[in-house]
Amino acid sequence: MRLVEHLPALLVVVPLMAAPVCFVMRRPVAAWGISLLVSWSCLAMAVGLLALVMQGGPISYLLGGWAAPWGIEYRVDALDAFVLVIVAAIGAIVALAAKRSVEHEIPEERRYLFYAMFLLCLCGLLGMAITGDAFNLFVFLEISSLSTYVLVGLGRDRRALTAAFRYLVIGTIGATFYVIGIGLAYMMTGTLNMADLAVRLPDVAHTTTVQAALAFLVIGIGIKMAAFPLHLWLPNAYAYAPSISTAFLAGTATKVSVYVFLRVVLGMFGGTGLLKAAAVPDLLMVIALIGMFVGSAVAIWQADLKRSFAYSSVAQIGYILFGVSLLSTTGLAAGIVHLFNHALMKTAIFLALTAVFMRTGSVRIDALAGIGRRMPLTMVAFLVAGLSLIGVPLTVGFVSKWYLIQAAVEAGVWPAAVLVLLSSLLAVVYVWRVVEVAWFHKATEATMKVTEAPLTVVVPTWVLCAAVVWFGLDATGTMAVARTAASFLSQGIAP
Amino acid sequence: MEIPGLINYWAVVVLMMAGLYTVVARGNLVKKIIGLNVFQISVFVLYITMGKITGGTAPILAEGIRTYSNPLPHVLILTAIVVGVATTALGLALVVRIQEAYGTIEEDELAEREAEEGA
Repeated sequence: MRLVEHLPALLVVVPLMAAPVCFVMRRPVAAWGISLLVSWSCLAMAVGLLALVMQGGPISYLLGGWAAPWGIEYRVDALDAFVLVIVAAIGAIVALAAKRSVEHEIPEERRYLFYAMFLLCLCGLLGMAITGDAFNLFVFLEISSLSTYVLVGLGRDRRALTAAFRYLVIGTIGATFYVIGIGLAYMMTGTLNMADLAVRLPDVAHTTTVQAALAFLVIGIGIKMAAFPLHLWLPNAYAYAPSISTAFLAGTATKVSVYVFLRVVLGMFGGTGLLKAAAVPDLLMVIALIGMFVGSAVAIWQADLKRSFAYSSVAQIGYILFGVSLLSTTGLAAGIVHLFNHALMKTAIFLALTAVFMRTGSVRIDALAGIGRRMPLTMVAFLVAGLSLIGVPLTVGFVSKWYLIQAAVEAGVWPAAVLVLLSSLLAVVYVWRVVEVAWFHKATEATMKVTEAPLTVVVPTWVLCAAVVWFGLDATGTMAVARTAASFLSQGIAP
Repeated sequence: MEIPGLINYWAVVVLMMAGLYTVVARGNLVKKIIGLNVFQISVFVLYITMGKITGGTAPILAEGIRTYSNPLPHVLILTAIVVGVATTALGLALVVRIQEAYGTIEEDELAEREAEEGA
């Protein structure tokens, strides 16, 4: 037995086993060390898997040796591997920055809990991306969700508690909707394996049971990915969670949910012809376009910057879903590549805000007056990621927008392409107002005393910014993976 | 025989709607958790019902028995029950913390107190 063959299982088992170890250790520094080690080895494993998949095609791993579709199958194709790399990379970068920020924001007796929950959340998210079994996905969804509620609730502000509670209620409803949908599909097909479901569902697509299953799944996953108008849990959860939790969740949680949407709704129901019949793509396009505008517009008016960029995330999910809604290979590829690009730039933004919060104790916009000169490294990193959010050339944001607009024009929906461009102008406003306050306002007495954030936070932020520029200059690698994933998905979709 | 045969599914629908309504309409956070539980339980009933076959027995090989119920949904629901218990425990723990921090667990009073702190 070679170790490489067991990579798919190890990727999930290692963080799952490490989390209780963190819990038992109780010493925050030791717990941090473990989570750093585990998250970086997860990244190495995920990159290894991506390399294997790009060379040799999809990998199938049978848990316990039980043959699919009876046993649980872990199936890794280009899309899975890409999402695994995104999650593991964000996890690894965030783990680097976590120590100082956790010391600053979480009381000492609770710090080890943060690391235990961080690893559990990582395990859940990686599991969601790797599994080929629809019910197993629900279990991982709940592992990641439950740990996320704790990560949010660890925030200092008491409003973190109500935000976590609200997320718990809405998140559980979403997950339960998912289970109902899977149950109804199982009722008609007798299988839980996703590949098997995709084969069997078209035969029973005319039944109301399967149609109801699709409806439950779309709504359930829609809640989890915070698609407009199901995003109400997100702004408070991001705003009041500890900064480092926000940085991790913003880059991973909603992205993995979008992946689940692709895998379940497009992958499983693509062949049934129900998507077009039920006007799912049209509906998706409309809510995506509204989400872009509403999310960006609300972001402009938020005094709390974490809240502002949380709303920006709602808008960015809109861009991803817009690409997906076109159902063409180009559109799906644009959506998938934006998944990666948005994870990079949003995590960079929230890491920069983490650094700001460490030094000023606030992320309200008026607390940032003149901070650009006091914390130049952090704020320039913020600016780079912000420009990418707008979609300025030389950044990944431009790559995403370019392919999105190309896909829209190709599909003949040029008004939508214009709307994508217009909504980007709103991003200019919410990024610029920070730039204006940080560089052009006079420093107050409080900000005069501020110094640059510690290197352990600044360096990870800059690593992400470097990636933002690197993949913005040369998108061939990411686009190749996204295209492979998209063409595989779009093959399964009935015309 | 349509109605008696489908009685479990009717129960599922009633429980589901009652649970969801409680979550939405009740301001008390503990009652919301109770509603969430009822909602989840409706799904348990749904899964358990679909595994049952009229006249079917437990899936143990024995002479003279031909019809077996499907054990898989029942096992799946064991997992879902564990998840439900964990969610309830975490939810109630959060309610305790909210009570400590705000001195109330009524949604409207919480909203008032948060509004005082400013957005």
